[in-house]
Amino acid sequence: MRDAFLATLTTLAEKDKDVVLLTADLGYGVFEEFESSFPGQYFNVGVAEQNMTGLATGLSLEGKKVVTYSIGNFPTLRCLEQIRNDACYHDANITIVASGGGFSYGALGMSHHTTEDLAILRALPNISVVAPCTDQEAGEATTALIQGGGVGYLRLDKTSAKDSTIESHFFIGKSRRYKDGDDITLIATGGILDDTNIASFELKKLGIDARVIGMHTIKPIDIDEIIDAATNTGGIVTIEEHNKDGGLGSAVSEVCMDYGVMPKKFLRIGLENMYSSIVGSQQYLRSRYEMDSEAIVSKVIKLVNS
Amino acid sequence: MINIKGSKQLSNNIRKHAVTMASLGGSSHIGSILSIADILAVLYGSVLKYKSDNPNWPGRDRFILSKGHAGAGVYAVLAESGFLSKDKLSTHYQNGSDLSGHVSHKGIPGVEFSTGSLGHGLPVATGMALAAKINKNKHRVVVLMSDGECDEGSNWEAGLFAAHHKLNNLVAIIDRNRLQSIHSTEDTLSLEPFPDKWKSFGWEVVEVDGHNQEEIFNACNNINIPQNKPLCVIANTTKGKGVSFMENNVLWHYRSPQGDEYKAAMLELEKNDA
Repeated sequence: MRDAFLATLTTLAEKDKDVVLLTADLGYGVFEEFESSFPGQYFNVGVAEQNMTGLATGLSLEGKKVVTYSIGNFPTLRCLEQIRNDACYHDANITIVASGGGFSYGALGMSHHTTEDLAILRALPNISVVAPCTDQEAGEATTALIQGGGVGYLRLDKTSAKDSTIESHFFIGKSRRYKDGDDITLIATGGILDDTNIASFELKKLGIDARVIGMHTIKPIDIDEIIDAATNTGGIVTIEEHNKDGGLGSAVSEVCMDYGVMPKKFLRIGLENMYSSIVGSQQYLRSRYEMDSEAIVSKVIKLVNS
Repeated sequence: MINIKGSKQLSNNIRKHAVTMASLGGSSHIGSILSIADILAVLYGSVLKYKSDNPNWPGRDRFILSKGHAGAGVYAVLAESGFLSKDKLSTHYQNGSDLSGHVSHKGIPGVEFSTGSLGHGLPVATGMALAAKINKNKHRVVVLMSDGECDEGSNWEAGLFAAHHKLNNLVAIIDRNRLQSIHSTEDTLSLEPFPDKWKSFGWEVVEVDGHNQEEIFNACNNINIPQNKPLCVIANTTKGKGVSFMENNVLWHYRSPQGDEYKAAMLELEKNDA
């Protein structure tokens, strides 16, 4: 996803000299070419995320289209108030990019587990919250957020799902369908859509025909698709590599309650309100915390048969 | 050259507006507003380039009040400088008003940036100064901070950045009134040697009497400052300046002047009218 983001950003920066990339000293071996190609459009601001976000706001108020980049929780939680007061309140054109969503940096420990970002960021007015599911989507989201203006949060996972075979344009706030089906709807955000897709194939073999939706935008969320799933399929299961409190599952259930459309069955799959002191690869931790394809299959079977 | 007489009247008008606004609104921070009245008067009277009939004029100097709790002072100087009507000042702090206790830009011509949480102004001003450098614009960016605010680490992050990038179009004026919310700055979290800290961060530092308007003017427009450094003007001030019973008294960080206190404050200020 990071490569797709950078390739897209490079294209945008070539065409538009107002595109500026700020990094808080992360991206070794990643940004060197960008730095040499676009002097005046790249600044390593040092390990200083509060200043990075303030700088980005100042640059944006003078007409720049700014990307702030770091990993994990650093470009978001460390400088949350700057995002709220400076960027969002002033309608700045800033795309906040966090490389390493969920357990992407699983082996590095709790500080690098990015598992509350979606909930925290989506609580702010005046921001779009996007967790692309595929590499292609990471590029599409980069373009949409930078060219669309306003404040956006882009969460990049290390792993990604395969692109949808159902052709559709990318729009912020408009989900993509990866598979049709009526028995149940699986809604996933971010790279964990890959496990969700795999689970849907396994479920098909077991006679459960699941609809699969990649909900790349958490805010604004795709209300129509959620209502359709709640109305026309056997229930909704949300899958996120994120704490269950306040994330995708919460956002989906808010839509159901607000619009009075109750899914016949409902289940949120995610991290059970905890920090992980256990480390491991992204896939290991997905498995350990029961959100990998195997866990999705068994939880869905149990739900469908309940 | 600076019209000291005009700026003195301007600073007195700012003080009178601020005391009235703090009284009407039952609002606080009057001491913090009075300490920057002379600085605001010099900035808007003689230093900043702006067009009050065209607040977004691209060539304007940018001004950010980072100590947003003194926002009433900025509203007052903007009203005195033609950005908004003086009548509007009486809505400050009132139900339904957009003149919030901490300075807000929404719907208020002339306010560049909203603050209220400390440590936000300097990073944003630094970004504006960087943009001006990239765009080869000639305007300056001036940010007015409090001394207590320098407890916030974000300022020192921006301080490193501005010096590293030689942003000589950036001026940080620090209201050194030595009192913060509960105690003195030195009893809270010692800032001294304060000028040396900014110097060691790579800034050009000038100390002035923050109530001597000629000194403030000269510091902001000093032609001898190095051309490769941002400028820090440490303005030594008295919190509550101009109202004797408020001066240097931490009580007036939070207290609102009412009744006889309000009358006494206004009487004292009116004596300074030309």
